[in-house]
Amino acid sequence: MGLEAKLNQDSFFTTKVDALAAWARKSAVWPMPMGISCCAIEMMAVGDPRYDIARFGSEVMRFTPRQSDCMIVAGTVTFKMAHVVKKIYDQMPDPKWVIAMGACTSSGGMYRSYPVVQGIDQFLPVDIYLAGCPPRPDNLLNALIQIQEKIGRTKVRDFQDKPLPELKVLSQRDPDLAGHNN
Amino acid sequence: MISKELILNKLKEKFPQINFSDIEYKGELTIQFDKQHVVEICRFLKEDSELQFLLCEDVTAIDWARKKNRFTIVYHIFSLKHNFRLRLKADVDELDCRIDSVSSVWKTANWEEREVYDMFGILFNNHPDLRRMYMPEEFEYYPLRKEFPLMGIPGSLSLPKK
Repeated sequence: MGLEAKLNQDSFFTTKVDALAAWARKSAVWPMPMGISCCAIEMMAVGDPRYDIARFGSEVMRFTPRQSDCMIVAGTVTFKMAHVVKKIYDQMPDPKWVIAMGACTSSGGMYRSYPVVQGIDQFLPVDIYLAGCPPRPDNLLNALIQIQEKIGRTKVRDFQDKPLPELKVLSQRDPDLAGHNN
Repeated sequence: MISKELILNKLKEKFPQINFSDIEYKGELTIQFDKQHVVEICRFLKEDSELQFLLCEDVTAIDWARKKNRFTIVYHIFSLKHNFRLRLKADVDELDCRIDSVSSVWKTANWEEREVYDMFGILFNNHPDLRRMYMPEEFEYYPLRKEFPLMGIPGSLSLPKK
């Protein structure tokens, strides 16, 4: 950062807790790569040295939802897969964000037919919709930057005392959680 | 060398009581017969030492949307020995929507018949595991039937709560 070079041994700087927390959050958005179909190829390209998502602090693709902040839903979500996506989203700790990557995820895209969910906003709160089929890697980086700007505007108290959704026990055979295990 | 005459003569010699009709189009041979004989004919085509149709490439169905003989089951089989493809067809009526399974002859037919059951609702007798292939198990419709609307039946597929 170069900041520490300016600071002598006993010096200090002032800031707000909100600003510091938002800066920390937005500089290390850990993505949950929900790669379902062809958009996932472009999502992988974002990780390579040519586009290099590491420049934005998001190179740590977490394959467990419990360690991630931002879910990149990349691909066609069918009704059968929707339950899996939601199950993974529910396991991510708050605060969390969602990128709907590509035409299929945003609106069903060219799959205007019975098995495909016509837009994942029917069951997930989406922050950024990405155009393209598939979107170019730069477009995904743009979405990440916009997510970072959105996180930068948050206050710490936005996430305070937020009621946690009550997760049901699997043995209750709730169709949303346990229906598709067999 | 395998030929249309060889296959038909062998079949007529082995099964004199069955009616075979054959169509040849662009060098592709199709043989049609009644559905109750499907397993014995398939087993003969596979196990005969001169023919050796060892590979079942596809099992699918056609919905003609008509009163009589609504569906046709289509088998694409392949002889590795002769590099020859053969198509078998059998009609299935809507009122008696079932046919014998050939999964005892070719194991690959197992999943292909499950797909036909999933999409058309045609039942396969003596199938070891007749479950839906693609759609959720609680789904009540058959999507590739002609009366099924393109966008599906609203509310028939569940979504998680927001």
